[in-house]
Amino acid sequence: MRQNTSPLLIATGSGLLFGIGLIVAGMHDPAKVLGFLDLAGAWDPSLAFVMIGAIGVALLPFQWLKRRGHDLAGQPVAFPSGQRLADPALLAGSVLFGIGWGLAGICPGPAIVDIAQGWGPALRFGIGLLAGFVLYAGLKRR
Amino acid sequence: MEIVNFTPWTALAGGALIGLAASVLALGSGRIAGISGIAGGLFLHGTADRAWRVAFLAGLVAAPWLLSVAGWPGVRPALPPDTFSATTLIVAGLLVGLGTRLANGCTSGHGVCGLARLSPRSLVAVMVFMSTAALTTGVVRHLWS
Repeated sequence: MRQNTSPLLIATGSGLLFGIGLIVAGMHDPAKVLGFLDLAGAWDPSLAFVMIGAIGVALLPFQWLKRRGHDLAGQPVAFPSGQRLADPALLAGSVLFGIGWGLAGICPGPAIVDIAQGWGPALRFGIGLLAGFVLYAGLKRR
Repeated sequence: MEIVNFTPWTALAGGALIGLAASVLALGSGRIAGISGIAGGLFLHGTADRAWRVAFLAGLVAAPWLLSVAGWPGVRPALPPDTFSATTLIVAGLLVGLGTRLANGCTSGHGVCGLARLSPRSLVAVMVFMSTAALTTGVVRHLWS
């Protein structure tokens, strides 16, 4: 069984690859994301290709893990399960997320990558993002 | 419909890296690389597994620095910084923060990991937030201003 430092290394490595992927794909740039979301007039299909690339690579590993039930270290996989197909929280949350994302073309991953660079708009977005996370945590506690 | 700014190869390559990142976290630790869950989960009262979340975010935060040092062009977003008002950005952030937590996922959690898992819930989430986002962008860009 692996010791405690290994999971942290895996997490850091994953985060680093994720961030590099976001920037290489251009998804950290709201202009590119909005170019996809804006279906009227000039359209940038790039985001669809990002999803194709991502799901294309991740599909087999995830399917394999689903059947296997535990990760390479022998720990059970922590995949969410057993919830209803479409409960109010999922639907309402997805609508709220969609509106927020459609407004500025920023979602959590790109926000963090851009906050890390000290990019003004992301810092402002980050204030709201933080408030949203804290608000949810407060609601959950009740 | 006119196609503009299409970058198929870097989109696919970047996407593949994101898929690889998700696969590494799943294979290595059995966890979902959903950014809203990883970051948002830090704020939940009584969260015991904070260390790996911080480690993941540290890697994420290091990425722009690493690519800058390596000379990758376009690390900084091209969107003009004064495109959106502070109010719009803060409201957008609040909606994204609250919404992703309620939905238990975002473009990475549901969009990449959820769809790779063939999760019906994630498919529902993706269809709803994608269509809502497209509608919002369309209204804001073409009807509002």
